[in-house]
Formats: sequence, C-alpha cells, structure tokens
Amino acid sequence: MEILKNAFAGTMESSDAYVEIMPGDGNIEIQLESVVKEQFGKEIEEAIKDVLEENEVKSANIRVVDRGALECVIRARVETAILRGKGNE
Amino acid sequence: MMRRSMLFLPGNNPNMLINASCLGADAVIFDLEDAVSPAEKDAARILVRNTMRYMDLGGCEVIVRINSVDTPYWKMDIDALLPHKPALILLPKTASKEDALIADNYMSEVEERLGLETGVTGLMPLIETAAGVENAYAIASASPRVKALFLGAEDLTADLQCKRTKEGREIEYARCRLVVAARAAGIDVYDTPFTDVNDDEGIWEDARLAKNLGFTGKASISPRHVEVINSVFSPTVSEIDYAYEVMEAIRRAKEQGKGAIALYGKMIDAPIVARAERTISMAQALGIGRGDN
Repeated sequence: MEILKNAFAGTMESSDAYVEIMPGDGNIEIQLESVVKEQFGKEIEEAIKDVLEENEVKSANIRVVDRGALECVIRARVETAILRGKGNE
Repeated sequence: MMRRSMLFLPGNNPNMLINASCLGADAVIFDLEDAVSPAEKDAARILVRNTMRYMDLGGCEVIVRINSVDTPYWKMDIDALLPHKPALILLPKTASKEDALIADNYMSEVEERLGLETGVTGLMPLIETAAGVENAYAIASASPRVKALFLGAEDLTADLQCKRTKEGREIEYARCRLVVAARAAGIDVYDTPFTDVNDDEGIWEDARLAKNLGFTGKASISPRHVEVINSVFSPTVSEIDYAYEVMEAIRRAKEQGKGAIALYGKMIDAPIVARAERTISMAQALGIGRGDN
C-alpha cells in the first residue's frame, strides 16, 4: 500500500497514541515519543513495523506519540493512519 | 448467559475500552454509532476490533452497536467485527422485520465468506422509533438470530415528539409493548439507560420499574449505575429460598403421587415452577443463596 498523503490518527489523551504518517522516500522512518521509550521502545517500534508490513507499506515517515497506550491501541492508530494516508478515501 | 447490566462504552476511547472488564457489568456494548463522530468511524472500528482481538476481557460479554443499515458504515462494521465473535450485534433504528433481515442476511453472508460458524453472533434490534415499537413482534420473531429486543428511549421520544422525563410515563406503552413482543417470541428484552448519571435514587426506581415490567436487564451509559442494576436484577435471598421451597414441594408431591400441591396456601403450577427454576439457575450462576439442592 502506498502512502500518498499526510494523515493522522488517534489523540494525545491518556492511554491513547497520536500517529502521523507521511509519504516516504523509499524506506521506513519511525520517530517515537513515549514516556516508556527506555523500557518498551523496542517493542513499540516492532509493533509499528509489524503493522506497516501487514499493510505492505514500504515507504513512509511515521511519527508516534505514545501516551501510555497498550500495544493493541498503538497498532489500531497506526493502521488507521495508514488507511487514511493511502489517498483514495 | 446472564445479562443483568449492559454498559455502553464509546468505541473510540481506548481508556474506556481497555478497562471494559473491570467495570462490573455483565456485558459491555462497544459503541460505533452515536458515541463516534463520522470522521472517526474508521478509527473506532479498528480500535474496537483490536480490543476484541488482543485483549482478554475475562467473563465480560461483548456486544457491538454498529451503525444503522441506512448509513455507509454498517457493512464495514460487520466485516471487521464478526470474525471476533461478539455475543450480539446491536442494530440501531430497527423499524421493521425487513431491517432485521437485511442485517441477518449480511451476517450470514460474511460468515459463509469467511468460513465462520453460523449464528455464533446474535442480533439485538434496537427499537427506537414509533414504527419499531409498532412492529416489535414482527422484529422479535424475524429470524432465529434475533436473540433480544432493546429499547432506546432517547431517539424514541424524539420520534414521538414528546419530552423524555425521569418518571418515564411517555415510554410506558413502548416498555410494555416490547416486553410482551419479546416474551411472545421467546426472547430476552433490555431496558433503555437511565441518563441522569448523578441521580442515585432515580436509577434505583427506574431499574426496579424495568424489572417489575418483565425486562431481562437494563443498559447503562455510566459505570456508576452498574452496581444498582446488577443488584435490582439479581434474585433476593427470600426469592431464592422460596424457589427452593417450591422445588422441594414439587418433589414431595411427585413422591406422594399428588397431581397438585399448595405452598403457603397458594397453588404451585407450571409458571411458578418455571420461575423458581429460573431464580435458582440465576442464584447458582451468581453464587448466592443456598446451594444444597
């Protein structure tokens, strides 16, 4: 799936995550902000990559601001941003 | 499955969804309809799907209120959520048997397409229009998938062009009509939420009224009301004791070859026995009352 436009999903509320996605230049760039980045940063990035892979996104810049969200919430917000960024909605 | 209380949770609010199993309700209703703005329908659908896919919600039953069949969203809601086996789909604005069948047929189509077991998820039409109330029995008996009716008084009173009051005189007819229609069709029936979350006395009265009219349980929009609803819709210790006495009296009558028997001067007949059996079964599920029979 190709990211054709900037899109966002989620909120900055507690237990949620805010995700921005932009068209990339051929690879995946992930920028993660999280209060638990030191403890869980790797797991969160893996989850983000996993959702990008599931949706066959090979090129995108993605920024995730985690507000203490569970992994299933982060995955949902990333997927929503991808679907909104694919450009035909 | 015992459903005394059903708690509405907004479908795009992670903080509420992830705590669904901690709020005390027998069932939660993940809401994709009124609680979600049109711009966030996609986000809520994915969030609810992920909550169902990845979260262990313990013994809390999950119901999903999808969008109504006159919107562009309802088929996407069913596509996304049916594989995760919600107990029921709550179908808003069901006004006719045909509305219920449209959803039922599409659920069957998705089950077949995805190789899912047929009929695992039931349908609970939300009756919230004057036409829906008038067609209640036809809706309740539309298909074996219809497991319960659900009264929605806010939209109904708007359709009736009357004011919604705490006393609820304006919805008396609808309440009675739905109970009769659902019971005639052999299914359950759930009462509308009491919407004043700060009126602690009002919720008691409203829940007692619903129980006395024959409702199976009651919905809530606030976790604050769940405990009261559970309490009102649970059998009391004296009701449980009486139910066991009824069953004992029936057992003795059979032993003695008697066709009819009285308890405290009142004839014990089939409806009283059926009620006693329901009471005991509910008491056992709740782990209350005596368990020696």
